[in-house]
Amino acid sequence: MHEPLLAVSGLTKTFRRGGKAVPAVEDVGFAIMPGETLALAGPSGSGKSTIARLLLRLVEPDSGNIRFEGADWLALRGGALRSRRARLQMVFQDPNAAFNPRATVARVLDDPLRIHSIAPRSERPRRIAGLLERVGLPAGLAARTVHELSGGQRQRVAIARAIATKPSLIVLDEAVSALDVSVRGQILELLLALQREERIAYLFISHDLGLVRAFAHRLILLEGGRIAEQGDARAVVDAPRSAVGRALVAAAPKLVAGQERP
Amino acid sequence: MSVLASVRDLAVAYRRDGPLALQGIDLDIMPGERLAIIGESGSGKSTLALAIAGLLPAGAVQEGRIGWPGLARAPLGGRDIGFVFQDPAGSLDPVMPVGRQVAEVARAHLGLSWRQAQERARELLARVRLPEPDAIRHAFPHQLSGGQKQRVAIAAAIAARPKLLIADEATSALDTIVQAEIVALIRQLVAEDGMTLLFISHDIALASELADRIAVFRAGRIVEIGATAAIVTRPAQAYTRALLDAHIGLDAAPLFSSERPHA
Repeated sequence: MHEPLLAVSGLTKTFRRGGKAVPAVEDVGFAIMPGETLALAGPSGSGKSTIARLLLRLVEPDSGNIRFEGADWLALRGGALRSRRARLQMVFQDPNAAFNPRATVARVLDDPLRIHSIAPRSERPRRIAGLLERVGLPAGLAARTVHELSGGQRQRVAIARAIATKPSLIVLDEAVSALDVSVRGQILELLLALQREERIAYLFISHDLGLVRAFAHRLILLEGGRIAEQGDARAVVDAPRSAVGRALVAAAPKLVAGQERP
Repeated sequence: MSVLASVRDLAVAYRRDGPLALQGIDLDIMPGERLAIIGESGSGKSTLALAIAGLLPAGAVQEGRIGWPGLARAPLGGRDIGFVFQDPAGSLDPVMPVGRQVAEVARAHLGLSWRQAQERARELLARVRLPEPDAIRHAFPHQLSGGQKQRVAIAAAIAARPKLLIADEATSALDTIVQAEIVALIRQLVAEDGMTLLFISHDIALASELADRIAVFRAGRIVEIGATAAIVTRPAQAYTRALLDAHIGLDAAPLFSSERPHA
């Protein structure tokens, strides 16, 4: 039996809005194994993105434990946190918002290599070319600025930046939701190839149950900050037991032959 | 049956000598039909919606013709055509109570008194199934959820009893459950008021659930147009087939290899 890569228990976070306590995440626990994809799905406000921000230490929980790669993740501070953070990366829905638009692709990929001391300066151009090749982009793109790229190219650069620090876990927060369907398929293929070859685990946040069922091994359905249901992704979607699961399945757009007009 | 709107050889560029966002578009919109325009980014689907509504920005160049045989006169935006955008926050005034925004449309286009317009706004907010319409009409947009804001935007769009309702990615920013509720609402309102619907979407599955006909756009041109059943089950064009194949439904095969990572 392997150790989980990530183990979360009792995670709770309440925000204060105008003096009122708004529980965002309540007593959430789960584990992710190396090389596994765990999906988080649920309606807006169900706590998906707050869980991602808690894992990334962008906000601190009120209570709960997070163990990542065997360490007490919430106890890490300063330099220890910075050095470990390289192992947990994130790709957002909108790569525009995640980049300085005037930065070149080379600059975007140089930063993590430099900040995390992955490669000395003399070696970094070669590493950058390698990363671009890894995500299926031509090396010549390195000199272009991010805003010159198509949406699919930008998301490939975001993935290249995420894998630059050799992470064991990447949080994908609606990372393919804004892409055209033809591009989406290619990005999903890329993510699956990276997972196969480098055993990267994914926390895959999405509201699209069809996509979740096809892409993730396991699925957690959230409602109001709590876990409503969890299990094998296909088993949960094929026969949801929770009310929110049934509502999400019923609401998923389905290709139908439609009715001809009378 | 007479055609509501007839688009002939329409071409649009956003600036003189700029690239064509649309070209060679021929399309008839029949009264009472639900027509979906689907396509990926850059397909021209939103440009078509703006051109039909007369909302292209100043500086855009339009050639060809958009005729309105189904109307006795040239259409008035807001009066004959209601428009619902993707981002309801962008179409609502952030510092005006939502009931008043709906009432303004009714007053401007239906010649109602202020009191009558307020009453009509209250009815409309109830019709789009906002909870407690009497209280919610005093709310400002930022006090509402994304789905509630879109319901207000729909109430404003139909306030003047338009013939044509255009919904441009009106549910794309909403979560799946709210999206399904808004689609059901649009379907019901269109049926009850006998409106014609132009439903712009990137999602061919969503379009298939709502539309009688689907037009597939790509790179500014119509790839094909036909009855929903024909487009979904017997597409004539490879591009339409590719869009259908790219849909990941609830019955799609797993994308990952079957062995479990920790097995």
